[in-house]
Amino acid sequence: MGIDLNLVGAKGAIAEEAEGKWGMVIDQDLCTGCQACVAACAMENNLSFVGEEDAGYGRTQHWIRIERFWEGAYPEVKATAFQPMLCQQCGHAPCEPVCPVFATPHSPAQEINLQVYNRCVGTRYCANNCPYQVRSFNWRDYHLEPFHANNVDGQLVYPLHNQFNPDVTVRRRGVMEKCTFCIQRIHQAEDKAKSEGREVHDGEFTTACAQACPANAITFGRMDDHESLVSQLAHQDRGIKHLEELNTLPRITYLKEG
Amino acid sequence: MTAASESLPHLEKGHAGPHEAHEDIRQYLMFDPKPRGEMNAMVMESMLTTSWKFWVVFGILAFLVATCFIYAWGYMIAEGLWVAGVMRPSYWGIFLVNTVFWIGISHAGTFISAILRVFKAEFRRPFTRAAELMTTFGLIQAGASIFMHLGRVWLAYWLFPIPNVRQLWPNFHSPLMWDLLAITTYILGSTMYLFLPLIPDLAMARDRSTGWRKTFYKILALGFRGTEGEWTHLHTAMNFFAFAIIPVMFSVHTIVSWDFAMAMRPGWSSTVFGPYFVLGALHSGMGAVAVVLFIMRVTMKHMDYFLRAEHFDALGKLMLIVSFAYSYFFFNDYIVQWYGGDRWTDTLLHWLEEGPMAWMFYQLIFLNIALPWLTLWNKKIRQTPWLLALIGLLINLGMYWERYLIVPVMLTINRMPFTWKLYEPRIEIFLTIGTFSLFLLFYLAASRLIPLIPVWEVQEGQMAHSLRKVGKTHLPSVSEVDLTMQ
Repeated sequence: MGIDLNLVGAKGAIAEEAEGKWGMVIDQDLCTGCQACVAACAMENNLSFVGEEDAGYGRTQHWIRIERFWEGAYPEVKATAFQPMLCQQCGHAPCEPVCPVFATPHSPAQEINLQVYNRCVGTRYCANNCPYQVRSFNWRDYHLEPFHANNVDGQLVYPLHNQFNPDVTVRRRGVMEKCTFCIQRIHQAEDKAKSEGREVHDGEFTTACAQACPANAITFGRMDDHESLVSQLAHQDRGIKHLEELNTLPRITYLKEG
Repeated sequence: MTAASESLPHLEKGHAGPHEAHEDIRQYLMFDPKPRGEMNAMVMESMLTTSWKFWVVFGILAFLVATCFIYAWGYMIAEGLWVAGVMRPSYWGIFLVNTVFWIGISHAGTFISAILRVFKAEFRRPFTRAAELMTTFGLIQAGASIFMHLGRVWLAYWLFPIPNVRQLWPNFHSPLMWDLLAITTYILGSTMYLFLPLIPDLAMARDRSTGWRKTFYKILALGFRGTEGEWTHLHTAMNFFAFAIIPVMFSVHTIVSWDFAMAMRPGWSSTVFGPYFVLGALHSGMGAVAVVLFIMRVTMKHMDYFLRAEHFDALGKLMLIVSFAYSYFFFNDYIVQWYGGDRWTDTLLHWLEEGPMAWMFYQLIFLNIALPWLTLWNKKIRQTPWLLALIGLLINLGMYWERYLIVPVMLTINRMPFTWKLYEPRIEIFLTIGTFSLFLLFYLAASRLIPLIPVWEVQEGQMAHSLRKVGKTHLPSVSEVDLTMQ
């Protein structure tokens, strides 16, 4: 007898079936750590460039980051596989119940965690309670006072600070943000499918990180469709989910040591 | 000869009893009565005598509040939280440390006043007011610190359940929401509890002042004349609040601890955090009372009559007992977590004991546990006001370190080693100075405006105490009849 995870739990989070609707598979054996996903995500989602000092102090605004580790002590150091880390869109998310103003609710339609920028008052409790540490906070109005990335011959070089995606909100200071599984693309596909009177197909669109990955290490799609590529990949033997023991029901499967 | 001293005729000169206990007994406030008029005049004088030194300290504190509290906070609101040191993974920093610290300080006020009043501990009489003021003023700092912490403080009213057209309500599943409700309840309850016993003293001050002070006390005293009916009502109300505020006090700090204990973090997710935080709060609060009483005794007129060695002695004993209880919960928390062997907790504890913040961890153990245990068993130390105040101050430093370790330092170690990074306070340092200055400024202002000694309570106590002759010896005794317990 299993436990019915669809019940509204005592914590107020809606625990869906562990699979979820949208899911992602990241093949760590294919990942080269090129950071193309990080750049693509920043372009797609209007992420701020925070400058050298803030980035060094742990204030990077990245919804996806490439974690690299090594084993052993110098000089016998062995690098381990690169580990892209982003919001796991938990089915039973620890960040959701702790927000005092419902700024990070669960979306019943897309079955992902939303972040309502306009509602956020910046208690930062969600980020504390996120075991994956994938939430980033707007410490200042980075879009109003852009940081220059470089100084070339006395000319300050700004990294595309005027290039904004009109489909995504530009966040002001004092609010939390995190990966949304490119919800603007999900909405676009849903609208299109609705006008054509059908369901969204798997592979109709993909997230910015998956689109940009040159090694095809990231696959995004419908997890509830068992014929889909992402579902097939996720059910391989070498799939693992991070911190699964915390009962967060993460939606991202990592493939490793194939 | 007045009524008060008539009740103790055997203390008059010439009536000396068989042994020297008579002169000794006068070292206790309750057996050293003064005529009512004289005592009232003493308290009024302590309030009205203001030297230039007071205004110098007042000016310095006002300057610090203006720069470190108002200006620094305004600057932070205008610039954003980047001027503070918070970052990933320590999203919570000194602001939350200050919140927990000030709520801790505010604990002792109510504890001393309410619990000791309910249990009729006689030594409480002269310093209940000073302790209750600490509760109210401490909670103001705690509330301010929470708002400093918010990313968008101008929207803080969204945390309150205010009816609105979008029917958006706060999330009552969030521990922060419980926290807000608990602190609001506590600040309202403790302010009421501060005000009720103040009414007779305000009436006393009203009858003995002129000018703007007369108007001020007249409004605050609510027309109290001291009739029997008024006293009965006042006693009933005080009794009600004394009992009601005790569970509120325990719940408030338990709920503050839940902000941490409910979260899924190594080091935080501990079931013993509730009582551990309550005892920690009492520990720092008791120390703070000792400091406040010492400052009052040194700086204010006639205070050496009201605040005596016996009071510091009793307070020292309480501090020792609280430190025993605190260490019980401290080791319960750390040893159980350490023995559990969870990978992340293990990493965290090892990092605490040998990492860059290890000095803080060992200072915490020394200041909160070793120091009171090594010193407070000694009656001479307990009865020396400056020594007790110093120990109280050091305990508070230790308790500050404890909260500092729990909030930003424990946040450093999480389940994603890639993000580990040590927190460095920036503008928080100034804002901390600001809250401390504001607290002291409130106290200074209060010492000029309201009687810091509950005169009627001292007088009531002196009336109830007497020396009885039993056989050939004299026994100090207290009238146990309590008309408030009807």
